[in-house]
Amino acid sequence: MMAEPSKARGAWLYGIAAAVALIGLGDAIYLTVEHVTGQSVRCTLISGCSEVLSSSYAVVAGVPLAGLGCVAYFTAFSLATLAAFGYRFAGKLLTVMVGLMLLETLWLLYVQAFVIRHFCQFCLLSALVTFVLTGLVIAQRRRHSLASKT
Amino acid sequence: MKRFLPLIIIAVVLLVAITAGWALMRSQPPASSPISSTETSPAVIAPGAEPPHVRGEASAPVTIEEFGDFQCPPCGAVYPELKKVEHEYGSRLRVIFRELPLVPMHAHAGWAARSAEAAGLQGRFWEMHDKLYENQKAWTDLPDARPVFTSYAKSLGLDMERFARDLESEAVDRRIFLDGKRAHALGVVSTPTLFLNGREVPFETFKLPGGLNELIDAALRGTGP
Repeated sequence: MMAEPSKARGAWLYGIAAAVALIGLGDAIYLTVEHVTGQSVRCTLISGCSEVLSSSYAVVAGVPLAGLGCVAYFTAFSLATLAAFGYRFAGKLLTVMVGLMLLETLWLLYVQAFVIRHFCQFCLLSALVTFVLTGLVIAQRRRHSLASKT
Repeated sequence: MKRFLPLIIIAVVLLVAITAGWALMRSQPPASSPISSTETSPAVIAPGAEPPHVRGEASAPVTIEEFGDFQCPPCGAVYPELKKVEHEYGSRLRVIFRELPLVPMHAHAGWAARSAEAAGLQGRFWEMHDKLYENQKAWTDLPDARPVFTSYAKSLGLDMERFARDLESEAVDRRIFLDGKRAHALGVVSTPTLFLNGREVPFETFKLPGGLNELIDAALRGTGP
């Protein structure tokens, strides 16, 4: 009887992760469109968007980093959705995916803080989304390992 | 049906994401002056900030477009050479300056570019441009060069309240961003990069004394770019 609520909670955690990934996807789509159309992204809370988004770090092998962000967040959303519906492989893949996204996020935060010395609010939002996703995945893994012990 | 529900949700989100991206793209105003849909070269797609900073006549047979960073030492070295040829060739030469602050490498380049652009909003871009290059060695190693840039603005007689406001304004952000976009579109990765009548000139050819003269002479004779 105890397994069912636990299972349901796991599904909810993945559901929340999917919703959070959608926020990241929206942010990344906005930045990609601004990049492709050549618009200037305006930081409304802090200054520094121009410095960050026109720096060489905003493009990887000719591809806007924000575009790669779209792919990453959409993949995270898809895996979280599949995991919420009980696809076990998706939960494992989501853990790996979010781990990679966390590493990339830490690197980009370092670049903004110590190399470019400017922050872009849209990049900070993306970092926040990845941190929340990491927290949710860790919570889910802990819940899973506790459940398997009992 | 439940088995396919997650796949349906994923497909719907993908469709919504693509539609939203497409709608957002269509809602954007053109980045610059109207562009013919048949013109698809990188230079036309990313024309840079408009209007550009130009010295010289529009009818000049030779145009040099420089992508510069006020803190880059080679840009500082090329600056007097450019001034010299501007003086020598007069109405036969037009010079355009584009911002390409290499911020990761040059800590003050971003604020220097902002200062020049903010001065430009008061019609004094070139005066600030000259001051920044002529005094590059005086501010490049300072921990904070902003007070120096402010002092240049004062010495140019700018409206200081407006200058301070413009430094972080959308207009200045946008100009630097659009010049950067043009640089990316043209494949410019370093400064100074010069384009003579639209063709990139190798740094090795214009860094030498008299190198610019040779290039301009060749262009005037019709044997150069």
